[in-house]
Amino acid sequence: MRRISKRFGATQVLRQVDLDVFAGEVHLLAGENGAGKSTLMKILAGTLTADAGVVEGSADVAVIYQELSLIPTMTVADNLFLGRMPATWGFVSMSEMARRSRELIDVDPYAHVGTLPIGARQRVEIAKAVSRNARVIVMDEPTSALTALEAAELFALIGALKSRGCGIVYITHKMEETEQIADRVTVLRDGQVVASCAAAELKRAELIRLMVGREVSEQFPLRQPVLGEERVRFPEFSVRAGEIVGLAGLRGAGASELLMSLFAAPRKAIAQGVAMLTSDRKTTGLVLSMSVTANCLMAGRRPVWRRPERERAEARGLADLLRLRAASLEMEARELSGGNQQKVALAKWIRTRPSLLLLDEPTRGIDVGAKQEIYQLMNEWSRQGMAILLISSELPELLALSDKVVVMRGGKVSAVLSKEESTPERVMEAAC
Amino acid sequence: MLRAAVALLIVILLGMAFHADGAFYKVGTHRDALRQASVYGILACGMTLVIVTGGIDLAVGSIVGFTAVCFSMMTIWWSWPWWISVPSALAIGAACGAVSGALVVWPRLQPFIATLAMMVFARGMAKTVSGGVKVSTALPTGDGTFRYVQVPELFRTIDSRILFGNLSMVTVVFLAIAAAAGVLLARHIWGRDLYAIGGNEEAARLSGLAVRRSKLLAYVACGLCAAVAGICQAAQEQQGDPEAGGGYELTAIAIVVIGGTNLMGGRGHMGLTLLGTITIGYLEKILSINAVPEAGRLMLTGVILVAAVLTQRRRRF
Repeated sequence: MRRISKRFGATQVLRQVDLDVFAGEVHLLAGENGAGKSTLMKILAGTLTADAGVVEGSADVAVIYQELSLIPTMTVADNLFLGRMPATWGFVSMSEMARRSRELIDVDPYAHVGTLPIGARQRVEIAKAVSRNARVIVMDEPTSALTALEAAELFALIGALKSRGCGIVYITHKMEETEQIADRVTVLRDGQVVASCAAAELKRAELIRLMVGREVSEQFPLRQPVLGEERVRFPEFSVRAGEIVGLAGLRGAGASELLMSLFAAPRKAIAQGVAMLTSDRKTTGLVLSMSVTANCLMAGRRPVWRRPERERAEARGLADLLRLRAASLEMEARELSGGNQQKVALAKWIRTRPSLLLLDEPTRGIDVGAKQEIYQLMNEWSRQGMAILLISSELPELLALSDKVVVMRGGKVSAVLSKEESTPERVMEAAC
Repeated sequence: MLRAAVALLIVILLGMAFHADGAFYKVGTHRDALRQASVYGILACGMTLVIVTGGIDLAVGSIVGFTAVCFSMMTIWWSWPWWISVPSALAIGAACGAVSGALVVWPRLQPFIATLAMMVFARGMAKTVSGGVKVSTALPTGDGTFRYVQVPELFRTIDSRILFGNLSMVTVVFLAIAAAAGVLLARHIWGRDLYAIGGNEEAARLSGLAVRRSKLLAYVACGLCAAVAGICQAAQEQQGDPEAGGGYELTAIAIVVIGGTNLMGGRGHMGLTLLGTITIGYLEKILSINAVPEAGRLMLTGVILVAAVLTQRRRRF
């Protein structure tokens, strides 16, 4: 891609961007939310057209989006051969399709995609790209919904793709993945390339500085928990005021279900001072078609008749508290970047003044700067006496933030580890 | 809002171009256009509430027929006073809406299916209670002849005009309902919740909104509007026709869509529906003063519907 520029309305999203992807390399595309990564990838894949610049070889590009583009109600084989099913006179040969599907991927060809775990769906998506002779595969935060085990499988698959000569463009917000798999790195900031070099030449701190444009410590803030009375009690453990308890475990081990069980009847739970940030802000957290203000004020006590002036003032206060960056509080929530959407979802719950805050993946898919701000907020709130129960698939984050780690396995609590005991090894041991 | 006004503007310009020898410039033409559109408009107000939640109500046309029949029986046959007959008719409409709503909310039927069932059922009820005949001032005496009675005073009142004969009562009723529903939708907590439910029902539920209650009430309000429309229809026709209101649900949906309210839910407001009603009303009137036959009118209405929606489509990138 050469000198790509793109403008949406008044905003210049990309300025003179160059990007080369070579066969057999993993090219990490780094940058904060809103830096222009997704737009650049859409131009690469041909779904958007650049205002200026040239893209060479875009016919061979396949994009694995965060929201997978498979049809959940059709089978694996149907999805793999969508639009080019083996057929005679228009009649599809199911057996031929199943046979070729098995050659591509080790998943039952007759299984409906909607019933598969997310990791398997992603493998189907990648197999689809490979079977269409994609020479460049773009992966946009592929591990954001995967467990550690599934992520390891994905990395193995990426290795195999590399050796077959595929070029891979990889987008992630997880810093440790950068060191694990990237060969080369290109950093975008405000629509411009600020660095492009071999991954080995770039230290992690340097990479973050380039992305954000200022010094950001990736360190987790230190805190001195002051514990108060018990806020919720399980047979195996309890959560006390001022405490942050982390829930670890593989996907399906029951951590999300445990959180959900405290929020099974939302109206009742909210009245009792419980708040829950769901893991997917787009599908269960926000009403994307409504304004930021309306989303901020959705939960908890509300006057029967709306008073726009008062609503604006209250939303403004919450936005300042969470350092929300939005052009206007009247804009629709869908127009915000991921990190700011997450802040709106948090604002909604903080307004209810909960005594127990349930956080399911609070930092999923948001950039380092916003992550830091959310850590700070969690600290602040726990200092004020809020009890926090946290799920995160990023183990370093979970261990650093939690005063106590509860490990789940097969729907049951398999270990309760204190701050000193909770090392990655012990958590993984209890989880697997 | 601006785009909905564009459709209305085009229709008015159309009227000025084809003014049928000045007929378009007469006050009576505008009064009649509004009077004829008002029954549809009343239905469209209720429909807007349901569509904002992401639902649809196909039963309103049948409820118009059912309440028109019941209201005529109460007024003509039994000579009930207005303060019993009007609330009773409203209650019947609200009850029909409540059943539709309950089917949507508890067994979680799709709104299309639940209200399709209510549409067929209410039409059957209309025919059952009336015995399949029009309830009119011609009362059958049993020996094959008819005894004629006076048109009830109540019917005349509802179908009268105020402001020196320049504004129909039915239009006043429509504007009052549009204003009330508009304020509820824009300012009341219930209206705000309808938007949230239409935008993302799961997020609304997890935020602690009373999703089921709010949705149920939207269908009740829609049934209530249909009952008001049924009363007006009966008064205008001076009879209760069990076939009354057939196909009205589609006109009501067309009005909401022409206004620009999104059928997927979560967007739109009552002002748009008001504009949509006037647009459809004028369109019908212009075609009729120019003596366009009904066949042509139907085809043109279809074309306008598509054109209006295409001009309103939001651009996305």
